[in-house]
Amino acid sequence: MAVFNLSVNGKKQQVDVDPATPMLWVLRDHLNLVGTKFGCGIAQCGACTIHLDGTAIRSCQMPVSAVADKAITTIEGLSEEGDHPVQKAWLEHDVPQCGYCQAGQIMTASALLASNPNPSDDEIEAAMNGNICRCGTYLRIKAAVKTAAANA
Amino acid sequence: MTLIAKKIDRRSFMKVSALAGGGMMLSFSWLAGCKPTTQAEVMELPKEWFELNSYIKIGDNGVVTLMSPNPEFGSNVKTSMPMILADELGVDWKNVIVEQADFYPERFDRQFTGGSQGIRQGWKPLRTAGATAREMLIKAAAQTWSVPAEEITAGAGTLEHKASGKKAGYGEMASLAATLEVPEEVKLKDIKDFNLIGVSQKNVDGKKIVTGKPLFAMDHYPANALVAMVVHPPAFGMKVKSLDESSAKGMPGIKDVFVFEPVKEDYDRNFFDVNSFSNLVAIVGTSTWEVMQAKKAIKVEWEITADSSFSMAGFGGNKMTVKVPGGVESTEGHKAAMEAMAKGKVNLLRKDGDPEGAFKKAAKVLERTYTAPYLAHNCMEPMNCFADVRADGATLYGPIQAPELIRNTISARLGLDKEKIQINLARMGGGFGQRAYGHHMVEAAVISQKVGAPVKLQYNREDDMTYGIYRPTYSATYRAGLDENNNLIAFHVNGGGVPESPVHANRFPAGAVDNYLAEGWSVESNITIGAFRAPRSNFIAGAEQSFIDELAELAGKDPIDFRLELLERAKTNPVGERNDYEADRYAGVLKLVREKSKWDEPKSGVNRGVSAYFCHNSYVAEVIDVVIENNAPVFKNVYAAVDCGIVVNPDAAANMGEGAIVDGIGNALFGEMDFVDGVPQKNNFHQYRMIRQKEAPRHVEVHFVKNDIDPTGLGEPLFPPTFAAVANAMHKATGKRFYNQPFMKEMDVSRSRI
Repeated sequence: MAVFNLSVNGKKQQVDVDPATPMLWVLRDHLNLVGTKFGCGIAQCGACTIHLDGTAIRSCQMPVSAVADKAITTIEGLSEEGDHPVQKAWLEHDVPQCGYCQAGQIMTASALLASNPNPSDDEIEAAMNGNICRCGTYLRIKAAVKTAAANA
Repeated sequence: MTLIAKKIDRRSFMKVSALAGGGMMLSFSWLAGCKPTTQAEVMELPKEWFELNSYIKIGDNGVVTLMSPNPEFGSNVKTSMPMILADELGVDWKNVIVEQADFYPERFDRQFTGGSQGIRQGWKPLRTAGATAREMLIKAAAQTWSVPAEEITAGAGTLEHKASGKKAGYGEMASLAATLEVPEEVKLKDIKDFNLIGVSQKNVDGKKIVTGKPLFAMDHYPANALVAMVVHPPAFGMKVKSLDESSAKGMPGIKDVFVFEPVKEDYDRNFFDVNSFSNLVAIVGTSTWEVMQAKKAIKVEWEITADSSFSMAGFGGNKMTVKVPGGVESTEGHKAAMEAMAKGKVNLLRKDGDPEGAFKKAAKVLERTYTAPYLAHNCMEPMNCFADVRADGATLYGPIQAPELIRNTISARLGLDKEKIQINLARMGGGFGQRAYGHHMVEAAVISQKVGAPVKLQYNREDDMTYGIYRPTYSATYRAGLDENNNLIAFHVNGGGVPESPVHANRFPAGAVDNYLAEGWSVESNITIGAFRAPRSNFIAGAEQSFIDELAELAGKDPIDFRLELLERAKTNPVGERNDYEADRYAGVLKLVREKSKWDEPKSGVNRGVSAYFCHNSYVAEVIDVVIENNAPVFKNVYAAVDCGIVVNPDAAANMGEGAIVDGIGNALFGEMDFVDGVPQKNNFHQYRMIRQKEAPRHVEVHFVKNDIDPTGLGEPLFPPTFAAVANAMHKATGKRFYNQPFMKEMDVSRSRI
């Protein structure tokens, strides 16, 4: 066990955990931030996507010991009022079915738009390809990313 | 047409005398408490709630709370079912708060999500509940104003008596209405007067989903709960022989390690009690990561099982004995067994005319065999469950489609009266049939009872994918005879699987052919199977509709014309008594998809396939356009035509249809689970290929037939026909027929031959 000082959604947080613990479980088990989802544990589904200094990463493969002082943003911290352009676009297109993968989809999409404000269809497909949606809402996800790009 | 609903189910209207106060809510929304939904945050909450029946509470200020009875797994029931209530009640949707009901059979009917039956079977009860509450409000206004009830109109949350100019909000009359006698009969709205049903409304949980609020059972973190994981045998046909407790017990955070039996030997199982393994290892600790480490380190010895059997109630309740062969099985063995069975003694399912005589007379005969592998559900939320079992009762919270049956199972396993078991309903991260089976809830309950503490049971992806309850593997051989004028004169289907036959003997083209033969067979296995989005249909539709396509080609007919010709025969002069479809509605979706896809205006470079199927009381036809790029199919357009009667929430219905098509394409191309010596050959998404954004079709249109027929199924019916539309389109693009799923394997074969 070791103590780590983290910056999560703009707040300082301290946890005392096994250094190998992935950020996914630090968030869920220790910081009560359950919006980040467990899907596969091997970075193949994207359900656990968070931002590390603004870059989308799979939190199931990011040990807490590797985070250092980098800023972590989770779905809970993407916007104050749930009104990030990507979140708004998701509501406008009524994307979710079961909803389980959508936090990860939104975190991937918002990181994409932060680095590439007007992505092409191919760029959206490439960026979003790591996020599985078992309900098959891919068409609405793509449409929502485009709407968010237009409204950002 | 005026509908009068009689025989109101009394349990929906159970009166509790203390209801007319703030404390009337019983156990609703145990997790969320009475926390307002996001929508409610902008509403002014009432000082007092008045309950008119189990589904409807009205606040003194007119705000309405509607209970959504069925568990939500993504099919939109939590939005669509309350819409039905709200329309009959006559309230503004913007003044409605929707709450998920917990499992509460004394108050709600049929709290089951599956079989595409939620809206179909909820339609009448929900309309009746809404109309009954409306009538009680009208009566309250009539009493208050001393005017005849018949002269009062109700709508948009307002009661009005035009002659006297009296007007009141529902909230003003709710307190009196809640004390009135429940009427024995109520008048339901005319369909033409619906103003919410048929008008798209956004998902009531949309805002919570996009902001990451706790909605799923896995998000439930009571302070004192321990984390539990199970270790199941590495292969079907194996069980725990011995456990080396010391291999994990001393590890950080680990509280307990033990072997347990999820089912007692003498237990009579119900239909959804499917347990893949007779014993399991439990690991209990303080955090998920620590338990995961112990799971990696733990040492267990396994042994091969012997033949066994158990008693189980079938879907209709009839008891049967299920035999489970011991030992380990492989896909190669299944294939050989299926081939032998198809040629051996088969069960006659239906016979019309003289099929063999007709085949002898046929000018052309086509015979083709279709196969598909086992499929894993792979819901995005791995199985999990919170259980708190105490001496005096138990509380469970986990993803479950069928809470009623699993409560009986848990009761029997724990030795607790079922009335003492509270099951709270979580939003599910997918279902697809997998969560009709509540083994995870039983496991959580047994572990909690053993350790004497609340536990959060967590499967990892590997546990989830290798536990079983798969879509079975199937094979079907079709044979058809055409006369010299290319008329279909004989049709034969011989289909089976491990361990069930996929053949629906009374479905199309039964009824459209004079000489028809349907046969089935099955092979016993210890690899467990279960419902998977449109069970059996999800294979047989693809086989049948691929075969019909090839048959149309042999007959030199347009594939839509050929189907319409057969349906015309089934309509005007049906063969046999029992044909499980209405030929007119079947033809209707084919005609609609022909129009919407501009089928009759072929474009060069566009390779199209068509398919149509009837299941879950609904009719669907699909046209898919494909091109091949880099030896992989790219699906450009999909057009679907659906007849599921009245559509409650059109945009959500379209979303469900789009998803089912994507799911169908994914499973047709990639879905596969094979076995070697009982071991599932894939255990996570690096091996089990799921459809992803790049493979999704570029454009999908879902069109609904407009009619006034009571709603039928929607969650499943768009899925089965997709497989054949894909195969038929890919045939157009490649010149090759696709008989064996997954089709991408066949693409790889053709590439390696080149």
